[in-house]
Amino acid sequence: MSDLRRSLALHLGLLALLFALQFVLPAYHHGNLARIMVLAGFAMGYNIMFGYTGLLSLGHALFFAAGMYGMGLSVQHLDAAPLPALIAGLLAGALVSAALGLLALRTAGVAFMIVKLMFAQAGYLTVLYFGDWTRGDEGFVIQQAQRVMAGIGLSAPTARYFAALALFALCLAVTLWLVHTPFGRVLIAIRENEERARMLGYDVFAHKLAAVVLSGTMSAAAGAAYGLLFGYVGATFASVQYSIFPLLWVLLGGAGTVIGPFIGTLFMFYLIDLSSGLTTAYMLIAGVALVLLTLFAPQGLAGELRNRLWRGLP
Amino acid sequence: MTLLSTRGLTRHFAGIRAVDGVDFDLPEGEIRALIGPNGAGKTTFVSLLCGRIAPSAGTVAFDGRDISHLPAHRRINLGMAYTFQITSVFARLSVAENVGLAARRRLRGRAKVEAAVAAALARVGLEGRAGALAGDLAYGHQRLLEIAMGIVQAPRLLILDEPTQGLSDSEIAGFKALIRELAQSATILLIEHNMSVVMETAHRVTVLNFGQVLAEGTPEEIHADRAVQAACLGVG
Ligand SMILES: Nc1ncnc2c1ncn2[C@@H]1O[C@H](COP(=O)(O)OP(=O)(O)OP(=O)(O)O)[C@@H](O)[C@H]1O
Ligand SMILES: [Mg+2]
Repeated sequence: MSDLRRSLALHLGLLALLFALQFVLPAYHHGNLARIMVLAGFAMGYNIMFGYTGLLSLGHALFFAAGMYGMGLSVQHLDAAPLPALIAGLLAGALVSAALGLLALRTAGVAFMIVKLMFAQAGYLTVLYFGDWTRGDEGFVIQQAQRVMAGIGLSAPTARYFAALALFALCLAVTLWLVHTPFGRVLIAIRENEERARMLGYDVFAHKLAAVVLSGTMSAAAGAAYGLLFGYVGATFASVQYSIFPLLWVLLGGAGTVIGPFIGTLFMFYLIDLSSGLTTAYMLIAGVALVLLTLFAPQGLAGELRNRLWRGLP
Repeated sequence: MTLLSTRGLTRHFAGIRAVDGVDFDLPEGEIRALIGPNGAGKTTFVSLLCGRIAPSAGTVAFDGRDISHLPAHRRINLGMAYTFQITSVFARLSVAENVGLAARRRLRGRAKVEAAVAAALARVGLEGRAGALAGDLAYGHQRLLEIAMGIVQAPRLLILDEPTQGLSDSEIAGFKALIRELAQSATILLIEHNMSVVMETAHRVTVLNFGQVLAEGTPEEIHADRAVQAACLGVG
């Protein structure tokens, strides 16, 4: 089987499995999986920048929050319907990431990471500062009545699950498409050897900027969907914690693989979920598992799969 | 017609004048060798040409146009190709993808790119290794891969920085033939330590010493030049 077919089989198989699980999962896990799929969209956005372009970024919460607040504020203050609100979230993400890319990409390496982190903190503080609009830390709830799209209430578990799956499938398809386009291959080339890519005649800055915008917009889509599907918008999602999460998810699952962010998000979600059921020191268990994984699977779970079984895994 | 020329091209590194006021003219269609002792400034000079590093002073013109202020990728897009002295391939990508990246800047469409990649690999004798990871190739083969990445760009000016370093004798013989063939369609600037390559391929030779042009002439003239021998061979 060619790499392309195997890749289609794997990713379509995953989508089919997730579709089927909706009918069999108990309510608790059903709800979890919906969350995981949306958060995996966030991680996939992060992966475009970090995994495929090689830009280590701490500050992706800014994009997630841009999407979430772009959506939430237009529902709350403009009475927008879900679809226009989602679009507003996407636009907010695209704008914020374009502005950030233009500024931060003038730096490289550690400086880039720090500049991005500072912007993300500024974003967080902005949310708190405009508390009259955003309700700051406390956040605001998006009412059930405001979450009806095309006659379907997105607060109902089944509709919510399918909406999450649709978003996840879209992010997966975009990433798969990306890695097969000449543009995506140039991003990988920049990750592997930036100087070489430049001396082949590629405009490295323009490619990185496009990667940041694509990455930021995808993460913003996840943020907007998260707020809409789970009915809550709050400043926690703009905090540094939500900048660290996608890095961990992607590292765990396998940076620079299409399926890795999902695996990492799933793994980490249940790691914390299960260990917090056992002990109050659940973060310790999560930490130990992370250390073990970095020691024994430094490329992440899907990265190991690529190293050991299937070198062509996209 | 002059394809490339520099005036007063200079680059300092913390007090070292790596390239020092070089005036240089390269006619279209020529194979020009650039020789000189270690540290003479050859790599720095060609890096200034293609914009990999910025000059301290001086100008570069390509095809009659001042390109001194263009960034590297724009210069490459005008028809320059550059191969690195210290092999700089995409080690974790396949050989075919390395050449493909070089080809896709110029070509659109999968079939066209694949054909160009196959042709370039065949020209350097790497056709059997297309699926290998570039980093798994032997050093000499990575050099050949660099050359394939250069020629697949169908450049007007091909800059090769010590391409034969690490090649076997038979590969060097193949390289000489390849260079002559490439010169049908491209101007070639070749930094080379191997004098047999210089003598057998170059139309003219420029000698660089302490960042300055020490001599310029046909391979025979340069070979007979005492000052060059003193600089390059340490005899006089
Ligand atoms: N990035 C740099 N920073 C500081 N000094 C440099 C740098 N690059 C080159 N130099 C110095 O500039 C001088 C010219 O170096 P260059 O690499 O151009 O010589 P070269 O003729 O290519 O030598 P070789 O035959 O060894 O490749 C040397 O003295 C070198 O140490
Ligand atoms: Mg050199």
